[in-house]
Amino acid sequence: MKNLHPLFGWFAAASLPLLVPFAAHAEDVTPANYRWLTFAVFAAVILMTMYITYLAAKKVRSAADFYTAGGGISGLQNGWAIAGDYLSAASFLGIAGLISQYGYDGFMYSVGWLVAYITVLLLIAEPCRNIGKYTLADILAYRNDPTKARVVGALSVITVSTFYLTAQMVGGGVLVKTLIGIDYEVSVVAVGILMLGYVLFGGMVATTWVQIIKAVLLVIASLLIVMLVWTPYGFSLPAFMADIVGDPKVQSQVAKLLGDPAKTMTAAELGQRFLEPGLYLKAPIDQISLGLALVFGTAGMPHILMRFFTVRTAQAARKSVVWAMAIIGGFYLMTLFLGFGAAHLVGPAVIAGVDPGGNMAGPLLAQFIGGGPQSLWGNFMLAFVSAVAFATIVAVVAGLVLAAASAMAHDLWVGVVRRGENVPAQEQVAAARVATVFVGAMAIAIGVAAKGQNVASLVALAFAVAASANFPCVLLTLYWKRCNTHGIVAGMVIGTVTAVGLTLVSPNLTYPKLVRAAAHKVLDSASAKRAAIEAAIASHDAVLMANVTRDTVALDKAVKKANDDLKKVEGKETSFMGLEKPVIELKNPGIISIPLGFLAVILFSLWRRDKRAEAMWDEVVARQVTGMRVSKPAHY
Amino acid sequence: MSSAMDWTAIVADPRFQALQRRKARFLWGLMAISLLYYFALPVGAAYYQNLFKMQVWGVINVGLLFALSEFVVAWLIAFYYSRVANRDFDRLAAEIVADFAPQEGG
Repeated sequence: MKNLHPLFGWFAAASLPLLVPFAAHAEDVTPANYRWLTFAVFAAVILMTMYITYLAAKKVRSAADFYTAGGGISGLQNGWAIAGDYLSAASFLGIAGLISQYGYDGFMYSVGWLVAYITVLLLIAEPCRNIGKYTLADILAYRNDPTKARVVGALSVITVSTFYLTAQMVGGGVLVKTLIGIDYEVSVVAVGILMLGYVLFGGMVATTWVQIIKAVLLVIASLLIVMLVWTPYGFSLPAFMADIVGDPKVQSQVAKLLGDPAKTMTAAELGQRFLEPGLYLKAPIDQISLGLALVFGTAGMPHILMRFFTVRTAQAARKSVVWAMAIIGGFYLMTLFLGFGAAHLVGPAVIAGVDPGGNMAGPLLAQFIGGGPQSLWGNFMLAFVSAVAFATIVAVVAGLVLAAASAMAHDLWVGVVRRGENVPAQEQVAAARVATVFVGAMAIAIGVAAKGQNVASLVALAFAVAASANFPCVLLTLYWKRCNTHGIVAGMVIGTVTAVGLTLVSPNLTYPKLVRAAAHKVLDSASAKRAAIEAAIASHDAVLMANVTRDTVALDKAVKKANDDLKKVEGKETSFMGLEKPVIELKNPGIISIPLGFLAVILFSLWRRDKRAEAMWDEVVARQVTGMRVSKPAHY
Repeated sequence: MSSAMDWTAIVADPRFQALQRRKARFLWGLMAISLLYYFALPVGAAYYQNLFKMQVWGVINVGLLFALSEFVVAWLIAFYYSRVANRDFDRLAAEIVADFAPQEGG
């Protein structure tokens, strides 16, 4: 590894100019005279993570170092790293945004992300630690046909990681663009190069520390904002909530969401409605389906499973999940204050004006609470939260790239192509680095290519595939004696295909005919609405006049959106899949594809027997129950 | 397998079987409780809206308290599991392992 350091110098030199655009084009949320502050805070966070990568790079000598930090991470450290790996920008900014726009439903949405760790803690973390080595496929290959198990396991890991990675890259690009005003392409490349640097040089050691730092910064930033928001109420929850409910900005947001039924409601009723379910999540079946994908999918997420190989014992794995649950749960509790606080102090309309998805709720609240857009502290808080958001994307992407690269290098190259026989340590590390560069380059390319696409449903799809394919296979090979290679192969294929297939025919895709119909409906009713506004102006009635400006703005927006939509689907008749309308109304496939995945593993295992899988059962169950772990890399 | 451990003997040991049964009952039981409690939230939000809307603590309603309780219950389950595992499962497992493989620390 002697030749590493000059290369690392190149990486550092290549990364620094990326900071310049941050300072040069910052224009969106940050005022021009405070750009230097954004630059300084970003530079501090990036330099800190790069220094740690530099230290980590010296320690990465073997494949075990690269994939699992040599198993030298403690339970507490791993708990923070899991939180850092898991709390993506979608949960950091997205859930606070959902709460600021839709109140109760946004908070309810956050619960599943924590409950998911019960499954990980009780059923998955410790046995995985005992039976796996570097990857998810290691667990599958333990008692099944190693080649087949590795091929399906690796393919599934690559599929899940790619979906999740695409969502992170596109979401991250948009986020950085909105936060600091640099070009989308530049921010995707910046995220990609930094991430690549961490993983390539520092492997799991650097990835772990970047995740820990990011999680600590995230918790500090959130705690600080929560304190500032909540202190004026003497830390009383009812007093805080009473102010949310009584806020005219919140009340008019509810009126906007409800439409006509709101006309008969009083202001107090409208405010109270913000704390009641049903403003965002409409179909219960979709929620339950998504809930299933979350609580089972997390336990099948390759980048989360991989974290359990970085600790030495089952006890440490257990401890790390408990810590992770404390941190993740505590964070989601804080989003309650971030989201409702942003709705009250900044206002749902202002937040949606900066970003229609509400993602800017947290950063805007930070700016407000620090003293507003023209104050030093306000912009420091904004820069801090933005830098944490940037670190968040990089840390999550690094974990995903490492998981996908390990599937390619460890499972496919070393395990399948080289049959795992006497592969020199140097070749293993080299394969891991080559795979990392490949996956990283792919992530950047996909991120740039998918510009402007709606990728929100890809996160849900990644969880659905993990829950329908990875989870049944891992769970049953650990806990069911008759489970074997045939079941694993069938479960992986059927779980993945049904989850992806059902999503492709779901309402998540764009259906030009439906879009066109909806747009025409808006345009057709526009003239009547315009007439109503003009009548209000003509009437000189003070009550009617009061809403004229707001109604005009809303109408103009709706008409513009309808016209944009029409332009987007111009000349198209069918969805990407050649369909005129969705085949199923289900937005998340989990409720169908998860049972099918389980059924496939069970039926195909029962259908054909596999001597090796049964012969190995005693060893698997003994390790699973007692916590004895695989100490030598003997199995391929 | 090159491993020197006699896995069949471990699995046949009555202490092992008792531990396996106890762990299975405990883990799957806790799992079932946590799933039931979690899915009660979306089901309640969809079908018991009148209950969820009831204000019980200032403007705070049953639905909000129930969502908050999900965090507490998740933490309690995690805490309870790790307590029992640290106190009982690890000790019982160590006793079995010590008899069969004094050289491998577990």
